Amino acid sequence: MTTWDAIVIGAGHNGLVNACYLQRAGLNVLVVEKNDWIGGAAVSRELTPNYLYSNCSYVCSLFRPEIMRDLELPRFGLQVVPYEGGAVFTQDGDYLAAYHDHHAHRRDFARFSKKDAESYDRYARDVTRQCRFIQPLLLRTAPDPASFRPRDLGELIYLGRKFGELSAEELALTIRFWTMSISDFLDEYFETDVIKAYLAISGIIGTALGPMSPGTAYVLLHHYMGEVDGSVGAWGFARGGMGAITKALADSFRASGGTIRTEAEVDRVLIRNGRATGVVLADGEELKAKRVVSNADVKRTFLNFVAEDELPDSFVKSVRNFKMRGSSGKVNIALDSMPEFPALPKNSPCLQGDLHFTDTIERMERAYDDWKDGRWSADPMLDIVIPTTLDPTMVPPGKHFMSCFSQYCPPKVEGREWTDADRDAFAETVISQIADYSPGFRDRIVHMEVRTPREIENEVGLTEGNIFQGELTFDQLLFNRPVPGYAQYRSPVHGLYLCGSSTHPGGGVMGAPGRNAAKEILRDLSRPVKDMSPAHDVI
Amino acid sequence: MGLMRPALLSVAERKAAQGHIHKIKFDTPFQPRLDALMQTHEWYDWAGYRAPHSLWSEELEYFAIRSQSALFDISPMVKYRIEGPDAEAFCNRLTLRDVTKLKPGRVHYTAWCDDSGHVLDDGTLFRLTETRFRLCCQERHLPWLLDGAFGFNVTICEETEEVSGLALQGPTTCALLKAAGFDGIETLKPFDIRDFAHQDGTVTVSRTGFTGDLGYELFIDTRRALSLWDRLWDAGGPYGLRAIGYAALNTARIEAGLIVANADFITAETALRADRARLPDEIGLDWMVDLKKGPFNGRRAIEAARRDGKARFVLVGLEIEGNVPADQAIVYHRKKREVGLVTAAIWSPTAKRNIALATLERPYGDSILNDLWVEIYALRELQYTRLMKRAKVVPKPFVKLARRTQTPPGDF
Repeated sequence: MTTWDAIVIGAGHNGLVNACYLQRAGLNVLVVEKNDWIGGAAVSRELTPNYLYSNCSYVCSLFRPEIMRDLELPRFGLQVVPYEGGAVFTQDGDYLAAYHDHHAHRRDFARFSKKDAESYDRYARDVTRQCRFIQPLLLRTAPDPASFRPRDLGELIYLGRKFGELSAEELALTIRFWTMSISDFLDEYFETDVIKAYLAISGIIGTALGPMSPGTAYVLLHHYMGEVDGSVGAWGFARGGMGAITKALADSFRASGGTIRTEAEVDRVLIRNGRATGVVLADGEELKAKRVVSNADVKRTFLNFVAEDELPDSFVKSVRNFKMRGSSGKVNIALDSMPEFPALPKNSPCLQGDLHFTDTIERMERAYDDWKDGRWSADPMLDIVIPTTLDPTMVPPGKHFMSCFSQYCPPKVEGREWTDADRDAFAETVISQIADYSPGFRDRIVHMEVRTPREIENEVGLTEGNIFQGELTFDQLLFNRPVPGYAQYRSPVHGLYLCGSSTHPGGGVMGAPGRNAAKEILRDLSRPVKDMSPAHDVI
Repeated sequence: MGLMRPALLSVAERKAAQGHIHKIKFDTPFQPRLDALMQTHEWYDWAGYRAPHSLWSEELEYFAIRSQSALFDISPMVKYRIEGPDAEAFCNRLTLRDVTKLKPGRVHYTAWCDDSGHVLDDGTLFRLTETRFRLCCQERHLPWLLDGAFGFNVTICEETEEVSGLALQGPTTCALLKAAGFDGIETLKPFDIRDFAHQDGTVTVSRTGFTGDLGYELFIDTRRALSLWDRLWDAGGPYGLRAIGYAALNTARIEAGLIVANADFITAETALRADRARLPDEIGLDWMVDLKKGPFNGRRAIEAARRDGKARFVLVGLEIEGNVPADQAIVYHRKKREVGLVTAAIWSPTAKRNIALATLERPYGDSILNDLWVEIYALRELQYTRLMKRAKVVPKPFVKLARRTQTPPGDF
């Protein structure tokens, strides 16, 4: 029987990134995936003939370019195409557009308020300054502030120096950014409801908080610190859907000699004398390994795969307390023709960007109120993209795939489990909102995939369907993610590591947790990390 | 009483403005005339407008400025109207110079700072009447102006698109304007403003410019803009009038020692790196700071910086050996220690010298003036020739022309 150098649980993007680096470093790595497809939440599946969906995640910005380069992902077909901008439709029949061109962007904001149009530069500067501060932390393991090991002290000094480089104003802004609500933050720059509503979207996506909840300003920052080919804050479509990312990772992994087993659901991690020695699959098969890396979230890993008596009580308590609340749903729609939005000018570039219908922060907050009451939002905040306006590979010419992300959607409906009838009723709130702005929309629908937190949890394995494997609030970031004292990808069980978004620097299709975890594993093996290029400079 | 904010637009007005996206690079009101004259097809983006880099010949256009009359479209310049009983007090609090000394019908070159004393922009402040001002500048400042207007009885409007502008520069410009019917133009002194009749309205003419030469700037209601161009063009033939692009103007402004925001310094509101912001004393604008007047934005910080010797940089004019322009070159002391950067450099056709504007780290350029060098990488047929040339700090402007200030001006 083979004893693998490492078994990675879950073929999501972080699991595959981790496996690629380990395999390239000379380890013999097996990835086990419960589904008969790979990709986790970065997946493209054909659920109706000739239509490829980005079933979960749908746009790409955060995926680290260092990883694409190290793992030769372009060679395996990955191409990320930046998209234009977007629009929010207003209830009075107009829209607010965000455009790629700086001055076109300003002019559209100026249609609503000249002051806001000019405030945008100030706002963008402040956000960019904060991103420049945080971006270098993404590919670094967070220091343990309670440790006196030289590397932790070194990292703490690095953090301290970075703080030291900030001016007094910037430092004040940094602390405010990490603690404020996105609504309060935007109020300091803008006066127009729809402008604030558009900019607030990134503060609540995937988050069980409302735009008026403290902490949502940081969530916005998390969405801004990505890039497409050096264009910071830009978002793009992966050609072939988000599955193209995990497909390229899997091909890269196999090309370097790695093995992937699908339909291999892990039942538990084998532990002997406090040390992980392999996994037991749901069918009882035992797989031996010198170490186990879990791409599953921290709750699934330690509350499902590990016997509680193998873990310290305080650790289990912290894992239970880790906030990972389902707040989002998604409707993927196959369309037989391009939907029309009469409010937009013909051939508007906004159709190639993100589209929304929530034109005030108050409506967003009301949508959150429904979530608190255990219901999906009656008037949801939708984040819609039609990637097929730019990507010719997903559907036949003239046909389209529309991805509709919906905020908010509770993990349980008024305390009980979701039913199929609930799911259909949720989908109806999404469809009817779109149809209000797009006449004839329903007639274009060929097929729909509706995903509430129930489907996301059951299919992808994300607890409660939380897309970030844990809220991105400041109490759960850096050396507190996922659990204080265990923020360096290790766990109380020797040889059992975490590599998913539950760890620093958090969620989004970023790959950074997978890479950082690989670095720590190789450190434990005293192996050089020569195939891992240094993080790009922020200059 | 108090602050007047511009009203938000109605739905109908907003919808009427949607179509801007069909033309990403805006046209100025003079575009039909520029398009007709455009031969080089060298356009550049000036604040979202399609503006000519050159129209027919970069080199020859420059000589229209120094020998005849040159017409340059300045409509993309950002303009704010500041109006009301407290307009003088507001402008005086906003800017560095003493606005109470600026009489109606006069304009001055000024700058304004944030509370840290860092320069937000430089520009010209026109006092059109006792209670009405126009601020012309490169960057956008509406939030800053409106926030600062709290407690002042003023109205502030951005009027960039409503007001079009032309710069008419060169030794024959006074004669040209006389011929075009601008009666009495010769009595206009530098920095004077006067309204002249044009069609059924007026055109506001100031004796200002960005070339260090005799010249005027004309501001007009956008609806009457094209006819103003035509009026000048029709009269201009005998005076050698030529339309020019930015390349020619840039050469003239460097000779005049004039700086450009976000080219020769980074403005405080656009700087991503906090250490890039500059005090007036660090970009050669210390002469503007009027400590005899009352409070103004940044005063305390500027005074403290002067007291503590915290002005770290100095913007100087350099004369450099040889004839190779030193664009973006590093400045060294004793060929070794990096002490600054050249931000603009040309061979000056009028001074016949190799000149540059540079920011140096004090005490270099301030008390240490000897043994300065610039390192020029001259790319010649795919090979760099590295030149280490001696640089001398010299007073600005590099070119000083008597006709710029002479009143009445001569005919050429």
